[in-house]
Amino acid sequence: MINITVNGYPQRYKGDPDMPLLWYLRDMLDLTGTKYGCGMALCGACTVHIDGRAQRSCVTPMSAIKGASVTTIEGLSENGDHPVQRAWSEQRVPQCGYCQSGQMMQAASLLKTNKSPSDDDIDAAMSGNICRCGTYPRIRKAVKAAARSLAGADFYDATSTAQAATSQGDQIA
Amino acid sequence: MNHYLDINRREFLKGSAAVGPGMVLGLQLLPAQNVFAGVLDAPSPKALQANLFVGLRPDGIVEITCHRSEMGQQIRTSVAQIIADEMDADWNRVKVIQALGDPAYGDQNTDGSKSITTNLMRLRQMGASARAMLIQAAAKQWDVDPSSCTASNHQVTHSSGKTIGYGDLAVAAAKETPPAAGQLSLKPKPEWRYIGKGPKSIDMSDILTGRAQYGADVRIPDAKVAVIVRPPVVLGKVKSYDAKKALQVPGVRRIAEIPAPKQPLFFQPLGGVAVVADNTWSAIRASKLLKIEWDKGDNQSYDSDSFKQDLLTSVRNPGTVKFAQGDTDAALANAAQRVEADYYVPHLCQAPLEPPAATAIYKDGKVEVWSTTQNPQSDIGLISQMLGIDKTNVKVHVTLLGGAFGRKSKPDFSAEAAYLARETGLPIRVQWTREDDIQHSYYQTVSAQRIEAGLDDKGGLTAFKHRTNFPVQASLFIPGATDPLPHELVLGAHVTPFDTENFQLEMGSSVPAKTRIGWKRSVHNIFHAFAVQSFADEMAHKVGADPKDYLLRLIGPDRVINMVERGPEFKPYQMLANIYPYQTGRLRNVTERVADLSGWGRKLPKGRGMGIAAHFSFLSYVATVVEAEVSDAGNLDIIKAWVVIDAGTVVNTDSVKNQCQGGSIYSLSYALGSQITMKEGATQQSNFHDYQVARMSDSPLDIEVEVVDSNAPPTGVGEPPTPPFAPALCNAIFAASGKRIRELPIADQLRS
Repeated sequence: MINITVNGYPQRYKGDPDMPLLWYLRDMLDLTGTKYGCGMALCGACTVHIDGRAQRSCVTPMSAIKGASVTTIEGLSENGDHPVQRAWSEQRVPQCGYCQSGQMMQAASLLKTNKSPSDDDIDAAMSGNICRCGTYPRIRKAVKAAARSLAGADFYDATSTAQAATSQGDQIA
Repeated sequence: MNHYLDINRREFLKGSAAVGPGMVLGLQLLPAQNVFAGVLDAPSPKALQANLFVGLRPDGIVEITCHRSEMGQQIRTSVAQIIADEMDADWNRVKVIQALGDPAYGDQNTDGSKSITTNLMRLRQMGASARAMLIQAAAKQWDVDPSSCTASNHQVTHSSGKTIGYGDLAVAAAKETPPAAGQLSLKPKPEWRYIGKGPKSIDMSDILTGRAQYGADVRIPDAKVAVIVRPPVVLGKVKSYDAKKALQVPGVRRIAEIPAPKQPLFFQPLGGVAVVADNTWSAIRASKLLKIEWDKGDNQSYDSDSFKQDLLTSVRNPGTVKFAQGDTDAALANAAQRVEADYYVPHLCQAPLEPPAATAIYKDGKVEVWSTTQNPQSDIGLISQMLGIDKTNVKVHVTLLGGAFGRKSKPDFSAEAAYLARETGLPIRVQWTREDDIQHSYYQTVSAQRIEAGLDDKGGLTAFKHRTNFPVQASLFIPGATDPLPHELVLGAHVTPFDTENFQLEMGSSVPAKTRIGWKRSVHNIFHAFAVQSFADEMAHKVGADPKDYLLRLIGPDRVINMVERGPEFKPYQMLANIYPYQTGRLRNVTERVADLSGWGRKLPKGRGMGIAAHFSFLSYVATVVEAEVSDAGNLDIIKAWVVIDAGTVVNTDSVKNQCQGGSIYSLSYALGSQITMKEGATQQSNFHDYQVARMSDSPLDIEVEVVDSNAPPTGVGEPPTPPFAPALCNAIFAASGKRIRELPIADQLRS
């Protein structure tokens, strides 16, 4: 018997203790926001928070997380308005979107411990997360924007707003 | 479709919102925007179809059907922009419905960067037709002349000032006769409100909260998961297998064999042995315990190392002339100077981050499928053939695609799900592992090329001879084929725009494919543009010219290249030359603009260089500059890239920019590290540790994009940014370090 909490709700698991958390989330809880990409901790699509830290759920067996608190993309914020989610939306990061839940969970974890990450810090923290659509430059901008937001600054300073306006064209409505 | 299946769909749609016992996360308050998306949402029963693409609901919501697959190019948003604009709908009252596979929509093959090219006008007409019907309905209700009424922002207004909303007109408008195509009035470009703007993806909120549904996210009650062990060599067969240990894994329900394909391979599944289990983990575990003896077949002789040497040798011998003007051999013999180079690019795998996945239910001779497919009609055809049932008994839903890049236009995985659903009598979700994806793809073909140029004493081009050689895509459809399909040469070779009287394109001698050849984003443009644009840089250095100036000199004066003169079978991208003339002036324009944008020619620190490339593909013109630094130790740092694209009329400006950035990084992957090699017919790579793709740390900090404002007809966007990036990067490396890259991937060539 393994007791954990997932997005704040208690769960009990009695199956194969070797089952990676990824498949427990996806197949047992139908929390499909956490994605499978490689099964070997090579791509980061499966990233969740375990006790507040980004981990690869595809290589984390259930037996290793007894008593742990797990947060998935579905639980990152109540209304999809975590600063990272807002930044991803404002910077129009996603293309296909498949990797982005892992990217955002990784970024949210980074920003917990590093309030103002440099480009090198972002490289170091985010390079385990593959985006085959190639949204890396936008992810980088979004991580920085989320950091500013978390620091209590206006969500966007004047410069980045002006840049966003010119780089993204007019908004509809 | 029968009652059973429909009930099932409703059940599963309901189920997909729940997240487990006692949890209500899926039911949380959603941002308003989300009400209007959801890829697997069915049309509302209350929606009245004004036409194939437009449904009107009495509550005022306009349901717009997207018949193309969404794989990150924002086609769902773009289709909504086009139709909503022409019908004067309020963007906030638009909902997108994803079409089932159905020939009624016409072509649904989301491939070849042609969704907007082939649909912009048609979808505008659908929107304009719906607007006309709404106006007619209002005029009838008011008993006035329709010409005294106008539509704007979701309502019809009479010249007297009275108004009525689209919702109130829905029932009456749906009964109106649509105007004849010739009577439709389309908005002039200055009046467009949504087309040519950059709205956010309509699926943004779903994606950011984990609710977006991709192939493997479809949840159907009682569905089992199948993981399949396929023959390691293409056209290999199962000789025998022992499933005793696999069956002992808890949760395993069934073992089923999938028959081996017969030639031609087309999109048929490869065959193999499937483990069907209660969950993915059990299926993966058990699949590794299967003991299978293979009959590997003839392709086990495939060794990509020796094949590479054969290809490189073959391109040094004369090939078959595919197009010739002037007398290239004579001009080469008489040239004051000559430049020659050979290029090689290995097999590549598309490797979308979402591996193939599909779910199928089979019941009473009918099958219903949910698939991450680029072309649901292809799923229908293949499944109907494999199961021996009529096409009308196959229903295919399209999920969001977690990347595709050409892989998912081959629906073998959907056919596997349908076949297993019939064999087991269970709803089946087929899950490809990453290893399956890397080892059993339809690979982008391997290629060798040789280019020889003659130059006069002033450095001007007098002769250009390009010999390309590769196992052909045609082999997928014609067993043993070695002659390329015409479009295989259009993809980057036949379209070389260099201004010379003596030009010859040859295909090297016969090299039959020994694996499945498919296509990957931008296809043969990958290796053709790499060679031609690297070679342009080599010529510039030979004559001591600035590479940008020399590239412009090669492109020559503004003119229309008559492709049909180069061979009627070479109709570029199946489009009409009178609508899409190949204009060198547009290629020159993007080249000049990207040079300006990047500050081409500015002084750079030691070890740093800029490279440029320009290429025409999918009817669009793209030029790219890369700035890179190479350290003494051979470490590469890509500082920044700039891209200018002329894709004619564009619909979603932000998505075009995102595609230019992402398409460049897609190119970066195969430039830096990706390659598929084969030994004894089997793929040697298996996951992202040995099939390497670009990561954040490999990528430039920024890729600046300019989209040419154009009134020309719309052309491709998804693929054209990819081909020029790799040669621009390699040219930058040469400028920075003097090292010439003629073979991809770069891997550790800079350290040698």
